[in-house]
Order: sequence, then structure tokens, then C-alpha cells
Amino acid sequence: MALALPLVRRRPRWRVRPPLAVGAAILFGFLVLSLFPGHIAPYDPLAMDYTALKLPPSLSHTFGTDNLGRDVLSRVIWATRVDMQIALFCTIFPIIFGTIVGAIVGYYGGLLDTIFGRVVDITIILPFLVLVIAIVAALGPGLINMYIAVSIVGWVFYAKIMRAEIQVQKQSDYAAAARVLGYSEARIIFRHLLPNAITPIIVYWMTDMALDILLGSSLGYLGLGAQPPTAEWGVLIADAKNFMNTAWWMSIFPGIGIVLAGLGFSLVGDGIADIFRRQR
Amino acid sequence: MAAEPLLSVRGLRVTFAAPRGLLTAVDGIDFDVQAGEVLGVAGESGSGKSVTLRSLLRLVKPPGHVDGQVVWRGRDILSMPEADVRDIRGREIAMIFQEPMTALNPVLTVGTQIRESLAEHTQLDAGQRKARAVELLDLVGIPSAKSRSEDYPHQFSGGMRQRAMIAIALAAKPRLLLADEPTTALDVTIQDQILKLLLRLRRELQMSVILVTHDLGVIAQTCDRLVVMYAGQVVETGPVAALFAQPRHAYTLGLLNSVPRAGAIRQPLASIPGQPPSLLDLPTGCAFAPRCRFVTAACSTARPPLVEVAPGHLSACLRHRDVAAA
Repeated sequence: MALALPLVRRRPRWRVRPPLAVGAAILFGFLVLSLFPGHIAPYDPLAMDYTALKLPPSLSHTFGTDNLGRDVLSRVIWATRVDMQIALFCTIFPIIFGTIVGAIVGYYGGLLDTIFGRVVDITIILPFLVLVIAIVAALGPGLINMYIAVSIVGWVFYAKIMRAEIQVQKQSDYAAAARVLGYSEARIIFRHLLPNAITPIIVYWMTDMALDILLGSSLGYLGLGAQPPTAEWGVLIADAKNFMNTAWWMSIFPGIGIVLAGLGFSLVGDGIADIFRRQR
Repeated sequence: MAAEPLLSVRGLRVTFAAPRGLLTAVDGIDFDVQAGEVLGVAGESGSGKSVTLRSLLRLVKPPGHVDGQVVWRGRDILSMPEADVRDIRGREIAMIFQEPMTALNPVLTVGTQIRESLAEHTQLDAGQRKARAVELLDLVGIPSAKSRSEDYPHQFSGGMRQRAMIAIALAAKPRLLLADEPTTALDVTIQDQILKLLLRLRRELQMSVILVTHDLGVIAQTCDRLVVMYAGQVVETGPVAALFAQPRHAYTLGLLNSVPRAGAIRQPLASIPGQPPSLLDLPTGCAFAPRCRFVTAACSTARPPLVEVAPGHLSACLRHRDVAAA
């Protein structure tokens, strides 16, 4: 009997394009900085040196020193840890909760969907930053309260994406096949539909981390996020604003940090989206 | 035929609340499935074949509504609690679909999907499941089953995917397999292999099969008995040989005449003129009357009942004698 020959072309699943490689390299660099700041930073980020105030960039202080004689390079490096932590903690709860809620709402629809729709409406009519600032103002400034505020608002966006994806996936034949096999609804939703619907969530997650770093910096700048003397890019810029004319290095370097982190996450997000698009 | 049927459908009616009124997809049908037989369900698109199949496992979702009785081993599936239906789904009654390209989960390997079905429906431990999954793939004729079981569905061809689907469906050793146009999406040679596979599995595993198709060639090749549906109603049912040799309903006759015959002298295909009636507004009498060349005034006054025209052969045609003679 002539059986079909297994002619299978095994394509490499990950063909990495330059923008993705650049983004990944940037993020990897930040990851290393945030994991081992003590080994990389040349000075203690909090150590003040009144003999070296506002020194411009030089060989001993590559990024210069600030108004209290602290080494800007060391502070920028230590700030990486705080800002990466912001990117993670601002998204981890929204992604988990939002994905689960979105999956359930998308699968069952009906009254749940109506209620969810109203929640989305309420969240969307208020500008994100204003809402977060209002919540932080109520809870009090600080990083933890900022995480809480962002999580309260942020899950809605993940849930919205997940709901739409699940609504598409639940119409699929393999979902019907899973139902016919007598699988429980929880298993159908979380084991069969969710992995097929997770791609846009991952892409949005990358963008969201970039936005959260900007948000963290904005709140830090406004004095609502990380509190001085903690080194955080936004806080560093806020500290530097009075010395813009005399010590530009105090604000430029943390600014570059923010831009690079945002760029890294965006490039990786686009790159992943691109890979998934090609796979379809 | 004296034995108790495995599945017995009585007065099955499926309606959908459509914006323009109540759509009757299945209009009160009866049929039985005997143990070990292959029952064909034939009809045009929209005749209610697939909906019938889905309603057997209570897979029709609102706005669809199902009435009647589906008696499976003494219990009515339509009235039992959802949890009990779920125990039957996949375990006692399995189903395979028309589109093998999309009916497998793209993110799980074929082996994983078979093992999942085994985990749900059998008592095997992880090691046994692994071995059994390979056995099943082997059983449905997938070459080098062991290595292929770790492949993803997109690495399989259409025919192989249908085989894989069958392997998943067979994992729990079901007593009845519902096959919804399992070969329609495949090319003819593969189609033939899949049908032979189904027949072999039926014999080896002693299961019954309901095969829904619009392809009379497939029915002739595989089925023991046939149910012909038109506009949501059973118009004729009987043993395949008898029904093909001497159809007793004008619609069945039309269907048979519209099948192209390879090797025969070329002549124009006798298609059935007209369109099936709107399911929103079925005619009072025989639903086929407007398209029927045997039509009489009586056909349009009341719905003709199914009457036994020969042993085990039922027809809902008032002119079944004339049809038989034609």
C-alpha cells in the first residue's frame, strides 16, 4: 500500500530579524545591569562627595557627578534595577488577571460580557495617567502604591484583547472537537483556547512594559513614584531639572536610559508580532 | 434487526430563532442505529444532516433549540444533566469533523492531543498513555508513528490530519462514531483510504458509525443503511442496496440520477430543478413537491407519512410505486 511519505519541511521557527536582534540586545543589556548593578557600577550610587560637585563627564566619572557629588553613571545603572522592576511589577498582575478574566468573559459572553463592557467603558473614558495619578494620590506616593494603581487600571486592556481573541478561537473547529471529546470548559478555555490566543497579549505586554517605564518615570518625576534618594530614571531627571543649564549630564543620561528601554521593548514587541504574523 | 438499537432518535426537532422567524433545521425525524452498523445520512446542503449529528451530543447552542428524544443505551441524552452528557461525549460517542485542517489544536503536538484524550477517558498512567498514543497512530495508518506523534498538526498533510483526528476520537474506544463529512475536504485517493480505514476500525473495534455526507458514492461504498434527508425531514430510509437498486422517493431518485457515472455513455447530468425550500417557511405538504416531477395535488395538502414500502425500507412519498417503476 502506497502510504503518504512524510514530506515535512522543518522550517526554523525563529528567524530573527535585525530590529528584533537590536531590541533583544538592548533588553539583555538592561537585564544584566539590573541583576548585577553592584558589580558594574563604579561607585556607590548614594555616596556623596562634596569635593566633586557637578563634575562634567570625565574618565573617573564617565557620566559626570550630580549636585551632591554622586556618580551619575552609578545612579543610572542602579536606576535600571528600579525601572525594570517597574516594568515587571506594573504588568505581572494585569497580565495574569486580565488574561483570565478576558478568557472567561470571551468564552461565556452574555451578562458577564455586558458587565465587562461597562467596566471597559469606564476605564477608557478616563485618561490612563489621570486615573493612575488619582489612585496614587488616594493611596499615597511610593512604588508599591504605584503598582497597585497601575494594576487596578491596567488589567482591563489585557482582558479586552483576550476577550476578542477567545471569541474568535472559540468558533474554531478544534474548540468544537475539544467539546465533543467531553473536555471540561475550564480545560477547553485554558489549555486549548488560551495558548492559541496569547500572541497579541505578549506583543501588547512588551509595549505595555515600555509605557510603564515611561509612566514610572513620569510619576517619579512628579514625586508620586519612587522616592528620593532611590535612583530611578524619572527621579534622577526631576532632581536634575534645576541644573539643566549648568549640568546637562545629570538629566541627559537617565533620559537616554528611558529612551533606550522604551526602544528595546518596542523593537522586541514588534519583532515578536512579526514572527507570529509570518507563522500564520 | 430484532436487537435493541444502540441509539434511537425519536421526533428530533431542531429550530433556530432567526431574526426573520423560526427556522426549522430538523423537523421531527426518527431513526435508529444498530450495534456495529454504518448508517449513512445523505442530503443536500442545508437539509439538516450536520445539525442532526450535533444535536445528538447536545452541541447545538442557543439560539438553537432541540426537542425530541435521543435514547442512548436506555437514557435520553437530551434530558440528562450536562455533566452526564460530558461523560458520554468522547467516551461513548466520539465525533470527527469535515475540516481536518482546523479541527486539531495548532499549538499542541498530535501525540499530546491523543494523550490528553486518553487521560480524560481511560485509567492508563502516563507511560501507558504514551505507548497507547503511538499504537493508535499506528492503527490509523500513520507511518513511523513514534516520531510523528511529536509533530505539530501543521506538519501533517490533510489525510494524515484526518487520520490523527480519528486516532484522537478512538482513544476512548467509543461505541459510536459520528463522522461529519469526514472525507469532503480530502482528495479522492485519500478519501478512499480514510473510508477503508473507518470500515476496518468499525470491524476491529466493533463500533457503529453514523456517516453524514452529500456524496452518494461514499454511501454506496461504506454504509449498511441509509437515511435520506430533505429540508429537515427523513424522506426515505432503508438498506443501502435496496435503496440504490430501487429508490422509493422521488427525491432519492433525483439524487441518484444526478450522480455522474464514470465509464458510462456520456449523457447530460439529470440535475434536480429548483431550489430546496426556505427553512423559515416550509410548504404544508411534501417539502419536495415544488421540485418533483411526480407531483400530484395530494402531495401539497398534507405531509406524507413514512410508510414501509418493503421490509425495513420506508418512504415518505405518496407516489412511491410510480417512483419505483420509473
